[in-house]
Amino acid sequence: MTGLPRSYADRDAIARSFDLFGFLSRYGTVIALVLLVAFNLAFTRNFATMQTLNVNLTQVCTIVIVAVGMTLVIATGGIDLSVGSLMAISGALAPMIFMGKILPIGSIYLGVAAAMIVSVLVAGLLGLFNGWLVARFRIQPIVATLVLFIAGRGIAQVMTNGNLQTFRVPEFQWIGLARPLDIPAQVIIMAVIVAAAAWALRKTLFGRCILAVGGNEKASELAGIAVSKIKIAVYGISGLCAGLAGLIVIAINSSSDANLVGLGMELDAIAAVAVGGTLLSGGKATIIGSLLGALTIQLVRYTLLANGVPDAAALVVKAGIIALAVWLQQQHRG
Amino acid sequence: MNRARLVRIIGTYGVLIALAALVLFGFLRYDRFLSFYNVMTLLRYNSMFALVALGMCFVIMTGGIDLSVGSVAALGSVASALASPYGIVPGLTAGIGAGLVAGLINAILVTRANLMPFIATLATMQAASGSALLLAGNQTVSVSYESGFTAIGQGNLWTFPIPAAIAVVAYLIGSLVLNYTGTGRAVLAIGGGEDASRLMGLRTDRVKFLVYVASGGLAGLAGVILASQFGAGQPIEGVGWELFAIAAVVVGGTLLTGGSGSVVTTLAGVLLLGILFNVLNFENGMGWLSLSAYWQSVIRGLFLLAVVLLQARLTRRRLGAL
Repeated sequence: MTGLPRSYADRDAIARSFDLFGFLSRYGTVIALVLLVAFNLAFTRNFATMQTLNVNLTQVCTIVIVAVGMTLVIATGGIDLSVGSLMAISGALAPMIFMGKILPIGSIYLGVAAAMIVSVLVAGLLGLFNGWLVARFRIQPIVATLVLFIAGRGIAQVMTNGNLQTFRVPEFQWIGLARPLDIPAQVIIMAVIVAAAAWALRKTLFGRCILAVGGNEKASELAGIAVSKIKIAVYGISGLCAGLAGLIVIAINSSSDANLVGLGMELDAIAAVAVGGTLLSGGKATIIGSLLGALTIQLVRYTLLANGVPDAAALVVKAGIIALAVWLQQQHRG
Repeated sequence: MNRARLVRIIGTYGVLIALAALVLFGFLRYDRFLSFYNVMTLLRYNSMFALVALGMCFVIMTGGIDLSVGSVAALGSVASALASPYGIVPGLTAGIGAGLVAGLINAILVTRANLMPFIATLATMQAASGSALLLAGNQTVSVSYESGFTAIGQGNLWTFPIPAAIAVVAYLIGSLVLNYTGTGRAVLAIGGGEDASRLMGLRTDRVKFLVYVASGGLAGLAGVILASQFGAGQPIEGVGWELFAIAAVVVGGTLLTGGSGSVVTTLAGVLLLGILFNVLNFENGMGWLSLSAYWQSVIRGLFLLAVVLLQARLTRRRLGAL
């Protein structure tokens, strides 16, 4: 990032020798994941079971969904700190709608449909607001999204007066509890979102524009890309993803606590994106990488917990892994 | 010409004007707003945030960011609570020491490993939080009341709260360092253009190193005050402090891109956000409206929005004037 460019002779020499760092940075996440699985197969009891797989997948789902939106935002060179708060807002809003607190809705199906659509859309609109601040006023993304990070959770708390909302509404909770074909519903949702985003980023004009904006904003603007629109769109998508993740969290918990839903999610998602190999400065991004990054972090935590290491120590290890992963990527770039 | 000057004055002193206006509003509207008790309580409570924001201010001026301050403060509070039975000095040493170690790790990650400050301090944040929980055994650690440790947070210097006095001293030192030492000028130069500063012969890495270590130490000190003031080391406290500190620094008019900033206006930013909450409490007490405590974050967010929008306009105009 800050180093002066090396000479071409230097670069050639590096290219000829076996590029260990380059190899590690490209496949590091996959290698780590494979090593972790191998370790668990050898040492963790009952690891090779469907239950383990399901536990890990269901726990990682919301992080992955948020990380998909985050990846797109980071690909444009931005960042979205507000995702956790947007999760809290959609998580607070949905029960209020389907429990008829805002206006009574006769049919529960209609109520649930309205709840899902409205709360995800509200989160998306707030995401657009983030994008508007970034694109229209050229406010740094970290500050622009800090506004909703602070205010968003407050809004959710004010909406519910800080109270816990509990519910038993199977018509709604399928999103976090149903198991078609023995696969948790949220895992299917996650897979669809990951696939769609990975395809969009690679194959569509929109995706290429995102990467172009992150790579060189001025050049993209001069090349005729509607930079502002692209930016506003990615923050909107990030908001939608956060809103959906919020719904899944409250469906799993059968309750919505505005103080807790999505707390710390922004950092988990950013960590997943960084470990996955997306450049935090923008211009290079991989959705599958973010998925693998989230899985790696989750599996590290699971491995440590399953082998009797306390959760607090797992946090320290996780921190080390994030730092190491990003460091490895930088060796490749430098 | 006059207008450009006006803009510059608002940009620099805007937060001071807003602070003065808010204090005047509170003074005129509420009987006990400027009462001795209210002012001292406000200062005592906000001194922790002031210390954290001071470190953050320096980090931001170099163009970096320190997300770890909240959990480092929590770690500091636990360490000092554990050392508190041995007296004031061991308590202080443990808390500040823990903070310095965390700051040192940040500094090494940023300057030696060349990690982006955002990611480096994000990792340290999690590590510090985990370490605090491990040290504390997943619970709050009560401090010793016999050793006099609680004086740091609860005591008075004549009638002035000790933690506020600590913060005042820290800000004086910070202001002197920034304005009158080579290191201070280098901080601003690095934020303005790191490559240029290095090519000019400034030892950029050393300055950045110092800044992160200092931020860690100040967060540790804030943790000591936290433990001492509330009688317990709290491993899960400090969540969101980093963003509060960033907000205070931004409200204080320091640009997040680095290269410019002021210590005094950062203090004003901290006080402004603190008083905003205080005013809300008084307003509730008057009974005209009843806003729950949850409104404070909404209002803080809106306030931050207003400041940021204003800043965006001002900087663009300043650029336009050039």
